[in-house]
Amino acid sequence: MENLLANSTEAVAIILFGIGFTMLLFHRNLFRKLIGLNVMDTGIFLFLASMGYIEGRKAPIIVNGVQSTEAYINPLPASLVLTGIVVSVSVTAIMLSLTVRLYMRYHTLNLDEIYRIADHEEADR
Amino acid sequence: MKIIEVGDVPSLNGEDHDILESVMDGAEVHDSPREKVKIEKEYYKNYVRSSPWAQKLIRTENKGFNVFYLAVAVVSCVLLIGMLLFTISYLPRYGVENPESTAVVRRYVEQGLQETGAVNIISGIILDYRAFDTLGESHVLFTALMCVTVLLRRDRKNMRTQYEDFYTIRDEKYHELYRESIMRLVAAVLLPCLFLYGAYVLLNGQNSPGGGFSGGAVLGSGMMICAAAYGFRSTDKVITKKAANLIAFFALGFYSFAKGYVFFTGANGLENHIPKGTSGAILSGGLILPLDIAVGLVVACTMFGFYSLFRRGSIGGNE
Repeated sequence: MENLLANSTEAVAIILFGIGFTMLLFHRNLFRKLIGLNVMDTGIFLFLASMGYIEGRKAPIIVNGVQSTEAYINPLPASLVLTGIVVSVSVTAIMLSLTVRLYMRYHTLNLDEIYRIADHEEADR
Repeated sequence: MKIIEVGDVPSLNGEDHDILESVMDGAEVHDSPREKVKIEKEYYKNYVRSSPWAQKLIRTENKGFNVFYLAVAVVSCVLLIGMLLFTISYLPRYGVENPESTAVVRRYVEQGLQETGAVNIISGIILDYRAFDTLGESHVLFTALMCVTVLLRRDRKNMRTQYEDFYTIRDEKYHELYRESIMRLVAAVLLPCLFLYGAYVLLNGQNSPGGGFSGGAVLGSGMMICAAAYGFRSTDKVITKKAANLIAFFALGFYSFAKGYVFFTGANGLENHIPKGTSGAILSGGLILPLDIAVGLVVACTMFGFYSLFRRGSIGGNE
């Protein structure tokens, strides 16, 4: 518990991840599921960024020629987060366009109704 | 096999035999047409389903499944969060350096300026040490643009099935009719600053925070604001579909060839002829500046392409 309080930023990141996961499971609206997935992404980015932070150090941009690891925070998680953000944007765009196509086809965003209409069409065929 | 008319309710109290099976048997023996068998099957199915006990069973089943789903979902969410929080409490302390995780970074920080010529260490990492990763990232963006084009492009072959209709997508003329005066005033003030800021962030990636992705995103959002305020006619002069494809193709191709040269010379111990420049100036960092520009162009085209495809179903107007 004491460790958890000390690692409160990571704990917040995990709780964000959990909120996103819960939204994915409990909402039947596709847009809300998408928002949940984005919240999950945000939690992971916060986790990675907080893992690289070191108390009292500066951002890794070399100033006045100081080149020692003691002066800067860990730059590796930042670059990983950059990769993650770009991939998250791409995935969100693809999923949104799939949602638009589904809406044009079934005129609803509710996943249950989409399944039901698809079942009826399967039976009609 | 007698043909069942609507309203002719067959008695279920007689011989006990499977209804669907008897229908299938009839189909085999009498060789009746498929359509008739289908109608009979449908009739029996609806008859069984419309009886009160079956309705009750179906409702109970749905309700039971919903309750089961909710219970499993709650349990799995709580378990996941609990397990992850438990793991978090055993991680190294927040804000304290642990030597295991900074072992790789030592080389980047101590040798980065001499090896890459970039003052910004993160730019040096993503565009020099780990440039292959960034190449894959740009390709992911490009592939996403292609996927969205396949899904949302509005033309004769795409989106003209019996189910999908055009009237759900609003026509471009609809947007042109509105003269959005507030939007135009804001855009007139904002656009020059936005493009200047985007170019600054893009070109100074090796010296300050920023780089290809953030600068490209700022430029792309500038184009989005331009299209939203002045209509797509203003952006179609600059970015057509052909131009977007050419920009993406040449940027990604240049990136691949430049990094291929660096990998080839590095792997074979040859001398690298790309000058590093003085650190801190704009023309420094060797290949980082051109690669930043390439990545930024791809990102700007992709962002604007997403917006344009979602709003009107094509990148560069009616080609």
